[in-house]
Amino acid sequence: MPFLDSHRTRSLSEMRPDPPLSDEKRLEILYWMRLTRALDLRCETLFKQGKIPGTIFSQIGHEAIAVGSSIVLEDGDVIAPMHRDLGAYLVRGMTPGRVFAQALAREGAPSRGRDVNTHGLGDLSLDIIGYVSHLPQSMALALGAGFALRYKDTDRVAMTYFGDGSFSEGGAHEALNLAAVLDAPVVFLLENNQFAYSTPLRYQSRLAEFAKRAEGYGMPGVTVDGCDVEAVHAATSEAVARARAGEGPTLIECVAMRMRGHAIHDPADYVPPELLEEWEKRDPIRGFEEKLRETGALDEATSGAIDERIREELDAAVEWAENSPLPDPADLTRRLFA
Amino acid sequence: MPEKTYLEAICEALHQEREADENVFVIGEDVGEFGGAFKATAGLFEKFGRKRVIDTPMAEWGFLGLANGAAMLGLRPVVEIQFADFISTGFDPIVQCAATTHYRWGAAIPIVVRAPWGGGANAGPFHSQCPEAWFVHTPGLKVVIPSNPYDAKGLLTASIRDPNPVVFFEPKYLYRRQRAEVPDESYTVEIGQAEVVREGDAVSIITYGAMVDEAIAACESLAEEGVDAELIDLRTLAPLDKETVLASIERTGRAVIVHEATRTGGVGAEIAAILAEEAFELLDAPLVRVTAPDTPVPYSPPLEKAFRPNSESIREAVLRSAAY
Repeated sequence: MPFLDSHRTRSLSEMRPDPPLSDEKRLEILYWMRLTRALDLRCETLFKQGKIPGTIFSQIGHEAIAVGSSIVLEDGDVIAPMHRDLGAYLVRGMTPGRVFAQALAREGAPSRGRDVNTHGLGDLSLDIIGYVSHLPQSMALALGAGFALRYKDTDRVAMTYFGDGSFSEGGAHEALNLAAVLDAPVVFLLENNQFAYSTPLRYQSRLAEFAKRAEGYGMPGVTVDGCDVEAVHAATSEAVARARAGEGPTLIECVAMRMRGHAIHDPADYVPPELLEEWEKRDPIRGFEEKLRETGALDEATSGAIDERIREELDAAVEWAENSPLPDPADLTRRLFA
Repeated sequence: MPEKTYLEAICEALHQEREADENVFVIGEDVGEFGGAFKATAGLFEKFGRKRVIDTPMAEWGFLGLANGAAMLGLRPVVEIQFADFISTGFDPIVQCAATTHYRWGAAIPIVVRAPWGGGANAGPFHSQCPEAWFVHTPGLKVVIPSNPYDAKGLLTASIRDPNPVVFFEPKYLYRRQRAEVPDESYTVEIGQAEVVREGDAVSIITYGAMVDEAIAACESLAEEGVDAELIDLRTLAPLDKETVLASIERTGRAVIVHEATRTGGVGAEIAAILAEEAFELLDAPLVRVTAPDTPVPYSPPLEKAFRPNSESIREAVLRSAAY
């Protein structure tokens, strides 16, 4: 059983047993996690080459959360990710080229050079709601999306992500309480990555496990290992099934580590090196690969082929993005209104 | 044509737009069975049910954010903020999300945020405010403040049909005090179009909201003194109908700008700046602003009376301008 189950208000896994993932599905998950990591690292390279005018936000350490959850969704489900959820954008159909174009401030980006990196990386044709920096706006937007999907008499659901930092904002309370009161079909994924910018958990909350707060809203809450993609997948599957069945929202706390600074300018020297070493051992991608190798699902040839595919995709994506034009200043005031 | 109060005109627009478009829904505190703190949503719950008339906990940030998300998916939320004063508790969803999203990544957010606005009812510092300047200063929002029942119905209908976020302030002082001819059938009044309420050649009075009535009274009194003032009701503050204002100054060469909101950084300052930039050669007198002073809205009747501009303070300002 993948859950850390010390404080579940209701037992999610008892409610709906999760069928084990097929090897094919697990290799697909590995592909998305590696693509996410590789894209992130390419962005760091582009930044160091001086090609990115603003900043970038690394998501390294969050791959299992973003991929393991978003891959559960189906067509018509809506997602409202934040700036550490690159994997969720990719799984839902945002192409690497458009992600690079966003970082490079090009016209080919979803924001056409108007917004920074993973902010405003929205595209409603992919059912992706762009991110607002004022956390946790995405929680309320996902709530609204879930409300609308129910209003239209569909069984589609909405999923959103927020961090331990934004869980201290009053808006998080409003969104969770409203979602519970309205029985909204929303899955709330809390990414507990140990730090809000430089502020560690001990200065953010007296609670050791944030998922306990779910009980206060009258919804199920569960804490899972955010470095274990199969645990994230299992918990999300059950939460999505609950939402689809009209049983309301769920809070899933995924415990992981932000392995870089807040943004690329931040060396994060406030993080004790031994803490990073400890989390490095729990790297979500390496851990998953080891599991796949043990069960025989992954061999060297397959692993190499995945890497080669990703390298080719990213080379083509960077080239596409660099060929996308910079925005025309003549368009500066256009598209303010619909 | 039947006569209706301002409040009845608002309520009628809400009913008719719900009938016309199944994606229109109302959300806010006490808007359901109770019918709203001012009864603007009376009868909606009985007719349209809980699905389309949503009572919420006290959570302006939350239900405004909900409205934004629902609007992205094609619904048409009409959000009621119980008093305009409380809109500050839901500031981020309006100014950071609704206002910026179409520019940032192309998603339209067709929400209407209705809020009973302004003073005159001895309701004190937290139930009398005029916070329109915050929103006029935010690119990406439309800001509408109708001054009479006819405009209230037509502009609310237009706002609900608009694909952009609209902040819609309703001078609650007028809710039951005003009664005017309002057609039974649905109609729109164009957003962004000021109205010349009264033509004159002496001085242009430029105002909006509940001050329009005060200015009409001032104009009548001034006419008796032989001063023929022109009165512009802006109706929409964003986008501002500069053309109508500038055309009026071309006729009169003098401007008195009136608002109930406090003075510094107010909408009057923007209008004065536009006139200074674009009508400098036409002006025969210094611009005059008649506004509330820079304080919270006081409670006690003699204090609020002194705080709030009225027909007499407008009359005096017009005479000063005319005499220059």
